[in-house]
Amino acid sequence: MYLQKQFLVVNMCGIIGVIDRGRSGMDGSGIKEALSLMNERGSGEGAGYVAYGIYPDYPDYYALHVFYDNLVEPKKKVDELLEKWGRIVQQEEIPTYERPGLRKKHIPWRYFYKPHKDLVVGSSTPEDDLVKTLVMDINSRIDGALVFSSGVNMGVFKAAGWPEDVADFYRIQDYKGYIWLAHNRYPTNTPGWWGGAHPFNLLDWSVVHNGEITSYGTNRQYVESNGYKCTMFTDTEVVAYLFDILGRRHGLPEDLVVKALAPPFWDEIDAMPERQRKIDHAMRLTYGAAQMNGPFAIVVATSQGIVGFTDRIKLRPLVAAENGNKLYISSEEAAIRVMDPDVQNIRMPRAGEPVIGRVIV
Amino acid sequence: MEKMVIDAKGMHYTPLNKQIRKAVAAGVKEIEINNVLGQRFIANGLRGDVKITINGIPGGDLCMFMNGPECTVHGDCEHAPGNTMDGGMIIVHGSAGDAVAHSMRGGKVYIRNNIGYRGGIHMKEYESKKPTLVIGGTSHAFLGEYMAGGLILVLGMGSQPLMEDRGIGSGIHGGEIVIRGKVADRLLGVGAIKTEFTESDLERLSPVIEDFCSRFGIDPSPLMDINYTRIVPSSSRPFAGKYTWE
Amino acid sequence: MTLGSVPLRYKVSIDRDQCMQCMRCVDNCSYGVYRVEGDRIIIDSRKCTACHRCISMCPRDAITLQEKPVDYRSHPLWTAQTREDIINQARTGKIILAGMGNALDYPVIFDRLVLDACQVTNPSIDPLREPMELRTYLGKKPSRLEFRKNDEGDVELVTELAPNLKLDTPIMIGHMSYGAISLNTQLSLAKAVTEMGTFMGTGEGGMHKALHPYQDHTIVQVASGRFGVDIDYLERGAAIEIKIGQGAKPGIGGHLPGEKVCVDVSCTRMIPLGSDAISPAPHHDIYSIEDLAQLVRSLKEATEWKKPVFVKIAAVHNVAAIAAGIARSSADAVVIDGFRGGTGAAPKVFRDNVGIPIEAAIAAVDHKLNDQGVRNEVSIIASGGIRNSADLAKSIALGADAVYIGTASLIALGCRVCGNCYRGLCPWGIATQRQDLVDRIDPEIGGRNVANLIHAWTLELSELMGAAGLNSIESLRGNRERLRGYMLDEGMLKVLNVEPVGA
Repeated sequence: MYLQKQFLVVNMCGIIGVIDRGRSGMDGSGIKEALSLMNERGSGEGAGYVAYGIYPDYPDYYALHVFYDNLVEPKKKVDELLEKWGRIVQQEEIPTYERPGLRKKHIPWRYFYKPHKDLVVGSSTPEDDLVKTLVMDINSRIDGALVFSSGVNMGVFKAAGWPEDVADFYRIQDYKGYIWLAHNRYPTNTPGWWGGAHPFNLLDWSVVHNGEITSYGTNRQYVESNGYKCTMFTDTEVVAYLFDILGRRHGLPEDLVVKALAPPFWDEIDAMPERQRKIDHAMRLTYGAAQMNGPFAIVVATSQGIVGFTDRIKLRPLVAAENGNKLYISSEEAAIRVMDPDVQNIRMPRAGEPVIGRVIV
Repeated sequence: MEKMVIDAKGMHYTPLNKQIRKAVAAGVKEIEINNVLGQRFIANGLRGDVKITINGIPGGDLCMFMNGPECTVHGDCEHAPGNTMDGGMIIVHGSAGDAVAHSMRGGKVYIRNNIGYRGGIHMKEYESKKPTLVIGGTSHAFLGEYMAGGLILVLGMGSQPLMEDRGIGSGIHGGEIVIRGKVADRLLGVGAIKTEFTESDLERLSPVIEDFCSRFGIDPSPLMDINYTRIVPSSSRPFAGKYTWE
Repeated sequence: MTLGSVPLRYKVSIDRDQCMQCMRCVDNCSYGVYRVEGDRIIIDSRKCTACHRCISMCPRDAITLQEKPVDYRSHPLWTAQTREDIINQARTGKIILAGMGNALDYPVIFDRLVLDACQVTNPSIDPLREPMELRTYLGKKPSRLEFRKNDEGDVELVTELAPNLKLDTPIMIGHMSYGAISLNTQLSLAKAVTEMGTFMGTGEGGMHKALHPYQDHTIVQVASGRFGVDIDYLERGAAIEIKIGQGAKPGIGGHLPGEKVCVDVSCTRMIPLGSDAISPAPHHDIYSIEDLAQLVRSLKEATEWKKPVFVKIAAVHNVAAIAAGIARSSADAVVIDGFRGGTGAAPKVFRDNVGIPIEAAIAAVDHKLNDQGVRNEVSIIASGGIRNSADLAKSIALGADAVYIGTASLIALGCRVCGNCYRGLCPWGIATQRQDLVDRIDPEIGGRNVANLIHAWTLELSELMGAAGLNSIESLRGNRERLRGYMLDEGMLKVLNVEPVGA
């Protein structure tokens, strides 16, 4: 397939994530402040938040967040497509509050959706596969519509602007989630595009990313050969797809997914004990095209937890800290302390070493 | 353990060959394999002095790269038994498909009945290694194509008429093809010529004829005359005159 | 004689003021350009092949060589070469054979692809102080891994991996048979690949026993002639390669002329002395793709599934679909040989006109295999005109796992690409079996030179990757983002899946 004319977004940026492993809800005010602290890392041209557990009234429905350019043609097409493959139980415009620095450029819309899983054959996760296909389809084929969030009982809120403006635009303090990720963007391209802001999401996977993926061409080819379409004009979206392939479809646990994406060096593998060496050797052979190169710090969330990791030679910063059930991961320690002055166990993970926070069920 | 019986019913060729190799390594001298049906590559690359009896229809490339063992098949063979075989023997109590003894470099392949196209293609000899392909019945076209050494003998003892197919010895540049009775000139391939089959040829080949007959319980005496056609290369450099240098 | 002679191809001159009559030129020229009459060296320029042996051995730099000293009337269509070919064929009525690779002036796609480097948004990596991984595994890889937890709760790997070849650098030396090249040439190559942790092909011609110490770094070839192929040979190689075709002459077989079949060659190939060694055009046990699968599995069965099996094809129009078929055949790697691939001798009309460039072939195959989700089933090895580390890096970015070099490794042994390999008189001791010429190569020194070349390219590849912010070869493989096309037309960009410069 010929590459579409493409402007790769490169993300300098600041990132932060928090999980309450006991699933206690946190409103968005804390993370808004934390992200604003890292304004030096951004340029006021993009910010975003994702929260899990925010739709307790629709706990079993896919919450599809869509940017519409208008509510006429694109929405009609999306509605038709969704109704063909499932049932829309509720839909509404996402409440927004325009600010001097942030005018509505798209209309953020949300659907609560149940796919007809009987329509999918040969899948062990038919609902996810169906929703994934719909998202890819809408984003690549319907002009004026972009699905930017598609998981169950979670949602992404993002726009072009400074973190506090984006937060206030969506009033994220009105949502309560047990996981929050946030991202402050310094783009080198497509500055005005809302779709280019983080977090990136597909199904249950959300990603915030600081850095640049120099292996993007290889990773893109890999995810495309697995049936994904890259539509967001950014290197970050492949991370969400890689997690979906390796984590959901191949069933690898988070630490092994991270190992595939940021593996140990061969000389380290050669020196490992037999059992471990066998695993790491097989991982590199099998998932070579999924390996990510270049400078990056990434935090990935699902409804089950968060995982943060950096590239293999630690070209981007990452700090982790804890306080009781809460685990924080961020570009800067100060941002964590803004949210929670009493954090403990502050540490800088090694290159490629995952920091994992799972919910305690 | 001197003899071993394997029931190959429904068995894949890889475990079957593993069993054979293991048995040979353990010193088994005789292996009988029953219910063979379509398993390819049997005795592939096998060495040793074991005797293997196959009851059934083995799949393609029987005894490919084999060096040493003797393999008897009670049934027909698919294509290319004895492919690139190095030494040892295949005795087929039946017929075989195309490319029998393809690129064979040593040992013997005996087929009681008929073979398909391109039998003995590119057989070649070197020093003491001289491959032999004997066919009790007849063969289809391009017999001994590209032949570079060894012997192909067609005895014409079947119900079908002898050698009606073209291209015999096409591109032959070594070895000989001997066919019972007369062969029409139009059946010869490029680079192949007929020569007289003499008493000394008969003397030279009679051990081969006798051995073949004894394996199948046939009386060799009706075959012991000079009513054969011998086909040999016109040159060991068939393509030497085709090219000029830049 | 109606046609007379054609003009000299080269004119050799000696600067008599410089010449000290040391006679090295006379001794070194195996084509008989020089002879001594009295105290004078006489030159027969018509015999010259421009192999440069005399020039390189002259201590006084007294020899000069001029190509095409006689002009034809210039004409864009009726070039000197076309005119001379016609004269040749009018004389002989024969097929013209020629040596080395494609000699027509097709544009080189490699030279219209540029590589990327980091500026600001990510850091370049200095390969001298940061890790840089070029280790490459060739062979089948699973598309996914299965794990289970054992009784102690440890994760264990369930998936069994197929055997792979481990390369320390993605540069291998392609198949050049003993017979086509000399034993000392093969030995030099063998020493080099062993030292550099990579592999060489034996070509179709068996393996001389002198190569046995290096057998763990050889890939043995099974071609249509099956020369030298027996179970011992198959077991010696680290991998087995089925040669279907060759870039220099796709679709036709080959033959080693009887005069090159000397005692040792005859022994290695297992054919009689002086007999033509004819490789048929197809394998006569492969008339269809499922027959290829059968041969692949047969070779694996014979070697107990311990060795990777490669399949080499010439890059032809439909190369992508053919490779996709090969990927389904149990083969572990597909070798694609582009239309610039070298050869000892090929019909000129094939060498210059049949097949497609390797750059397009790599991209098409990589894309097709990805598209069909079978890229992990086979590795891609590219060959045919890889001249330097830039070609290597671009090949990998287009989707290759590794490359084979041939001509480049021979140049490292003295070859000047004169293209007279088929004459068996190679003054450099490469494409010859004449012992006095073969002795001109000392395998120790030759091995050093070839190892130096591989080492230098490896260093340059590391630097290129570091500049592009990549520290492992996996991340360069198929990474079209790091390539841009310069002055390539839209159709070609589409085939290569590469954006134009500036985009």
